[in-house]
Amino acid sequence: MFYREAGDFKTSYTDDSQTFPIKFDRIRYYAVLAVAFGIIPFIINDYWANAVVVPFLIYAIAAIGLNILTGYCGQVSLGTGGFMAVGAYACYKLMTSFPDVSIVFHVIGAGAITAFVGVLFGLPSLRIKGFYLAVATLAAQFFLVWLFNKVPWFYNYSASGQISAPERTVFNIAVTGPNTDAWAKYLICLVFVVAVAWIARNLTRGTVGRSWMAIRDMDIAAEIIGVNPLKAKMTAFAVSSFFIGISGALFFSVYLGAVEVGEAFGINKSFLVLFMVIIGGLGSIFGSFAGAAFLVILPVLLKNVLVGGMNWPIDIAAHLELMVVGGLIIIFLIAEPHGLAQLWRVTKEKLRLWPFPH
Amino acid sequence: MSDNLIFAMEVTLNGLMAGVLYALVALGFVLIYKASGIFNFAQGVMALFAAMTLVGIQKGQVPFSHLINAILGTEFHYFGWTMHSFLAIALTVVVMIGLALAVQQLIFRHLVGQEPIILFMATIGLAYLLEGLADLMWGSEIKTLNVCLTGDTCLPQGLNATIDSITYNIFGYGFFIDNLDITATVVAAILVAALVAFSQYTKQGRAMRAVADDHQAALSVGISLKFIWVLVWSIAGFVALVAGIMWGAKSGVQFSLSLIALKALPVLMLGGFTSIPGAIVGGLIIGVGEKVFEFAIGPMVGGATENWFAYVLALIFLVFRPQGLFGEKIIERV
Repeated sequence: MFYREAGDFKTSYTDDSQTFPIKFDRIRYYAVLAVAFGIIPFIINDYWANAVVVPFLIYAIAAIGLNILTGYCGQVSLGTGGFMAVGAYACYKLMTSFPDVSIVFHVIGAGAITAFVGVLFGLPSLRIKGFYLAVATLAAQFFLVWLFNKVPWFYNYSASGQISAPERTVFNIAVTGPNTDAWAKYLICLVFVVAVAWIARNLTRGTVGRSWMAIRDMDIAAEIIGVNPLKAKMTAFAVSSFFIGISGALFFSVYLGAVEVGEAFGINKSFLVLFMVIIGGLGSIFGSFAGAAFLVILPVLLKNVLVGGMNWPIDIAAHLELMVVGGLIIIFLIAEPHGLAQLWRVTKEKLRLWPFPH
Repeated sequence: MSDNLIFAMEVTLNGLMAGVLYALVALGFVLIYKASGIFNFAQGVMALFAAMTLVGIQKGQVPFSHLINAILGTEFHYFGWTMHSFLAIALTVVVMIGLALAVQQLIFRHLVGQEPIILFMATIGLAYLLEGLADLMWGSEIKTLNVCLTGDTCLPQGLNATIDSITYNIFGYGFFIDNLDITATVVAAILVAALVAFSQYTKQGRAMRAVADDHQAALSVGISLKFIWVLVWSIAGFVALVAGIMWGAKSGVQFSLSLIALKALPVLMLGGFTSIPGAIVGGLIIGVGEKVFEFAIGPMVGGATENWFAYVLALIFLVFRPQGLFGEKIIERV
């Protein structure tokens, strides 16, 4: 009834090409932003921030990054964990080398460094395709983790081999370090998420995004009609790694505070983010959010039900959780290979005709 | 002869042995990929699952005992028997065939015609599922695996005295070669020979190759795809069992066993996803390469290079030959 184009007259080209052409969508978008910025910071507590909301926001950034590479440009990557580690260590080095500069610039700088590394490891994609490329990106994963483990310069020669974030402030409010309030953590992540999603959304519906999708759908055909594969693939790797680097930097500095590279950025992280993208939906920004939310909330929920509700031993609950996650992924792939985003799309189509579908 | 050269020879030999084990895992991948186009990431976890099942059956563990005890409040863990290895292996094979059937019927039957990436993701899901299942069934503690064939002739462990004494006589330095590695090499060779014979000389083997060649053509001459896929998954399960026994006997049956899948991936890249000889040659190259690199360069850069060297080697190699050593030439048409 409310969800339709009819009656929403566009009188300029700007109106016509806006991100949300349907009025209901626009209002919903602003409503979500208003709730996220205006209400949640006042009611959020430590448990919710650390267990659900902050990891969700950070993984959403990573998922958007990977979705650009895998969903939009069709290059399967299993190196996400390694690139997140680059972001984290770059952020750490920048934070400790330039303590006077704002943390926001450190995070962005970490993203830029990751983008450079990403392009470097993306170069073989010009020759290698498909599964061979997926496995080749594992080289980045293992090599980078090993590098950060073995070269003491990266962790400032600390005895434990860990890196830990010193306290840094934005507008005199601590956002990293042990004295950070839940709402400050939440807000800084939220600002980055909104910025990243906005950039990603606009990139993917513009020239660059179209060239990515052309490469994804068939690279030879795209090359023949004049898409430069070098440029398309390298920009995809750069933008994707930039976002993943930002998420790695936030993951380390804001969320965990101290990390050990093998534990925090191992191959499981790569798979986790890939699952988010697949379950959420390849080639959809909304899907990245949905997938991240699903895979962040599911383990928390399962743990609360099994350990908290039914008093099972923790190890059995952990094994069962593995099974449930694996099983759900398979069920999802069978029931809806295009992910949660496709369900959302179908719902919207239905809404458009509701309540008179004929 | 200089000491370093002798050490290098020893390292190379050990690398060859390790390479055989990598090849063994890679073989399971190639079989499934060729027959069904599924890149089976769960191969490593299948090896873990097979090895855990074998140990569990041998020791007479009650499946899901932890779970049952947690729910019902009972306290039983063992049936109280110790089974003969042969019987236990046979039972494990039955379990693996059952698993193949379940995987085919419950998962991949519903995914026919999906994109390869979706199938790949499904196998990662399967890997999680199997890992959780294995832990839930048999418990997650580290187990020792000891396969004894008759009475007390078990899988040999430790230094091989013959090679030690022969090399000592020639070079004045005894090579350390693990008996288990030699056994694994022999077993792998037999397994590969058996597989080749099977696919060349039996009806099912030929059908398997036909399916690998062209699904639709195979279907049209009356080959049952369903049967072939179950067959291939069963064989892959059996290969996983053999790999699981060898690795499990070497370093205990535990979670890290499933990581051998990650060791097999660069082998596959190097050899090509579709080639059985490729898996073997690739395994040997990777095995020797990473051991020699660790020996020669490792100390200079802080060691533990084995984790990534294979991948980087395969990556560099692929840049020059994108389909791997023996892979089918990739022909792309618009």
